[in-house]
Amino acid sequence: MNENANYMGSVCPISRTEYDRILMAHGGGGTLTNQLIQKIFISQFGNEVLDVLHDSAMFKVESKRLAFTTDSYVVNPVFFPGGNIGELAVYGTVNDLAMAGAIPIYLSVSFILEEGFEIETLWQIVVAMKNASRKANVKIVTGDTKVVDKGKGDGIYINTSGIGIIPDDVNINPHNAKPGDLIILSGKIAEHGIAILSARDGLEFESEILSDLAPLNALVSVMLNESKNIHVLRDPTRGGLASTLNEIATQSNVGIRIYEDKIPIAGNVKAACEIFGLDPLYIANEGKLVAFIDPGNAESVLNKMQLQEFGKDASIIGEVTDKNPQTVVMKTAIGTNRIIDMISGEQLPRIC
Amino acid sequence: MKYVDEYRDAESVRLLSEKIKSIITRNWNIMEICGGQTHTILKYKIEELLPPQILLIHGPGCPVCVTPIEMIDKAILLASRPDIILVSYGDMLRVPGTDSNLLEAKSKGGNVKMIYSPLDAVKIAEQNPDKKIVFFGVGFETTAPANAFTIFEAERRGLKNYFMLCSHVLVPPAIECLLKSGKNSIHGILTAGHVCTVMGYEEYIPLAEKYKTPMVVTGFEPVDILSGLLMVINQLENGNCFIENQYGRAVRKEGNIHSKKIISDVFEITDRNWRGIGVIPQSGLKIKSKYSHYDAETVFNISVTGSDEPDICIAGEILQGLKKPGDCPAFRKECKPEIPLGAPMVSSEGACSAYYRYTK
Amino acid sequence: MCLALPGKVISIDESNPNLKTAKVNFNGVVKDVTAQWIDDLKIGDYVIVHVGFALNKIDEKEAIETLRIINEMVDSTKRESGE
Repeated sequence: MNENANYMGSVCPISRTEYDRILMAHGGGGTLTNQLIQKIFISQFGNEVLDVLHDSAMFKVESKRLAFTTDSYVVNPVFFPGGNIGELAVYGTVNDLAMAGAIPIYLSVSFILEEGFEIETLWQIVVAMKNASRKANVKIVTGDTKVVDKGKGDGIYINTSGIGIIPDDVNINPHNAKPGDLIILSGKIAEHGIAILSARDGLEFESEILSDLAPLNALVSVMLNESKNIHVLRDPTRGGLASTLNEIATQSNVGIRIYEDKIPIAGNVKAACEIFGLDPLYIANEGKLVAFIDPGNAESVLNKMQLQEFGKDASIIGEVTDKNPQTVVMKTAIGTNRIIDMISGEQLPRIC
Repeated sequence: MKYVDEYRDAESVRLLSEKIKSIITRNWNIMEICGGQTHTILKYKIEELLPPQILLIHGPGCPVCVTPIEMIDKAILLASRPDIILVSYGDMLRVPGTDSNLLEAKSKGGNVKMIYSPLDAVKIAEQNPDKKIVFFGVGFETTAPANAFTIFEAERRGLKNYFMLCSHVLVPPAIECLLKSGKNSIHGILTAGHVCTVMGYEEYIPLAEKYKTPMVVTGFEPVDILSGLLMVINQLENGNCFIENQYGRAVRKEGNIHSKKIISDVFEITDRNWRGIGVIPQSGLKIKSKYSHYDAETVFNISVTGSDEPDICIAGEILQGLKKPGDCPAFRKECKPEIPLGAPMVSSEGACSAYYRYTK
Repeated sequence: MCLALPGKVISIDESNPNLKTAKVNFNGVVKDVTAQWIDDLKIGDYVIVHVGFALNKIDEKEAIETLRIINEMVDSTKRESGE
């Protein structure tokens, strides 16, 4: 058999000597995920709307620009400290729309249920989704359900797609970061990832760490009311803050400099990371955003954010530079400078 | 965090750096043994704070990196058996064996579970009486008592389905091998603080004397590393060569007697093959014959053909401190964290992976 | 090698003589830890924990002494540089 299979005239760009199966790392949000997206999906589907590669696709329909996004949710355990898969499915998609500066209006939801999944549990998840959609001020307007044989699913998978309207004077794009921009992080990092970890077998611990799961559209509205000079918005989900900053540095072809002592993190979250040897910069968040803002407007936007429920711990964590393009550099707590690279694969707890 | 934050203090770090610069008069090569220390040095860019006369050589103290390739292959074989659950620490899962690694074995249907504490392996055995649980017991002396304890516990709980695939290594023979070889000129050594927390540091006294090499038992935070360096440079500048203890808050000279006893109850010393270095005599631990019914190598008839690293991989020279990752022709090309050729690119404190992440 | 972290003992369970355990608080994260090898363990002690096992007690006096020695070493630098 040829090393690279030839299908309908196209050769698979990932050779068999690299991978012949999907690994967990392909879903990790780092370099393998990006390789899969670029080589397999973009190479076949690419077009001018998709190629912007933002959290939402943005396009005009008649005179309105819309944002349109989709995401699938496979989190295990389904109920975790601070939330559940249903809330995640609503807020995650709402947040992707908000990161385009869009006002979210409608969601679709699609369930894939494993045979034997408890209906009571499904009910709890659906009620949580209803409450979440009310809190986020969106309507779930269409949906689908599929059931797979026992053993062929993981209880429940949810996909949500969402549409939002981008106001005319909003122009947010991951290619827009400019040297001089200040970077605001909306609050404390690594809470979602650690909350999930604490519920996993063998890694349990007692703590008050809850997922930071939250809808960010109201916060973004407040920010955009204060200033339209917000160039980039992104929510640092899987792969964490480090991966998001790397993506933006690459897409905007700029350098990014951040300061370790300015990055907010709760004491107990930091301790949990230390115990398992995990770097909080690479751990998922589900209720946080980074904003790249014109330096003249950063302070006033920051002040407005700190008055909001999901922005009270917001802080300016760094700036965009024209030095070292496509590189993220962090001034460490001891004053030295360290490159923050993209993670490849999943971070695994270590003994060393 | 108490006993951590004080040792990350920026001002102390700066002043220690100034002090080192003020006392140094010539070039010195210092090896830090432990991978955790390598991780701190690279994560905090400690080399930025050192005078150019100091060359830091990263030692082989990463048990993940030095676990022999045949052990990984054996673990993968065991994981692929339907009656076995292979239980492992997280950092071992991506280490490349001859053809594959444990994570890939899992994706192909192998039963592989990750744990944080070795006692969880015993719990898994209790919860799955119809399966055989094989715990991949790797590590230096720091982890040996915990791994040994699982055998005690399995015995106490009367478990017949718990086994260990043991691949333990010892630090002092590795240090002796490096100093004896004369291939690298190591002037001073920062020894592994947590290994010494268990074992104490008496066994290093004759080593320091015999090889005229000052050694400092050192901790893992930036202030620890810098004060350990200051102490070793101080000795070198004054022509001294004895063992000192920088990590007094955790390390006693005699170590912890209970942990040492459990190691000697369950394990005995054996020759061990260090990946990339070769066989170092009397440098490993194996399960004693009285516990052979827990020894996966005895119980399961697994044979693998020996294998070498790809020719292009210079992991061995890197682990011995003879070369740096940047010297490797495959670095950042054929060899990256997502497609590692050798173990130091996999472990988060293997020198290659740390260089890849923290330098450009 | 050997990721280990100091934490504060908040409770001790000696009900099983073969498996002494303690709840250890790491800045708000509490883990069950095997403390079988630690003599005279008391609530309030700090222990250094690796893979769920307490390796040794943190010696408070030694910790203070280490920081004192460091301060002494750097004080002499400050004096030399006229700070």
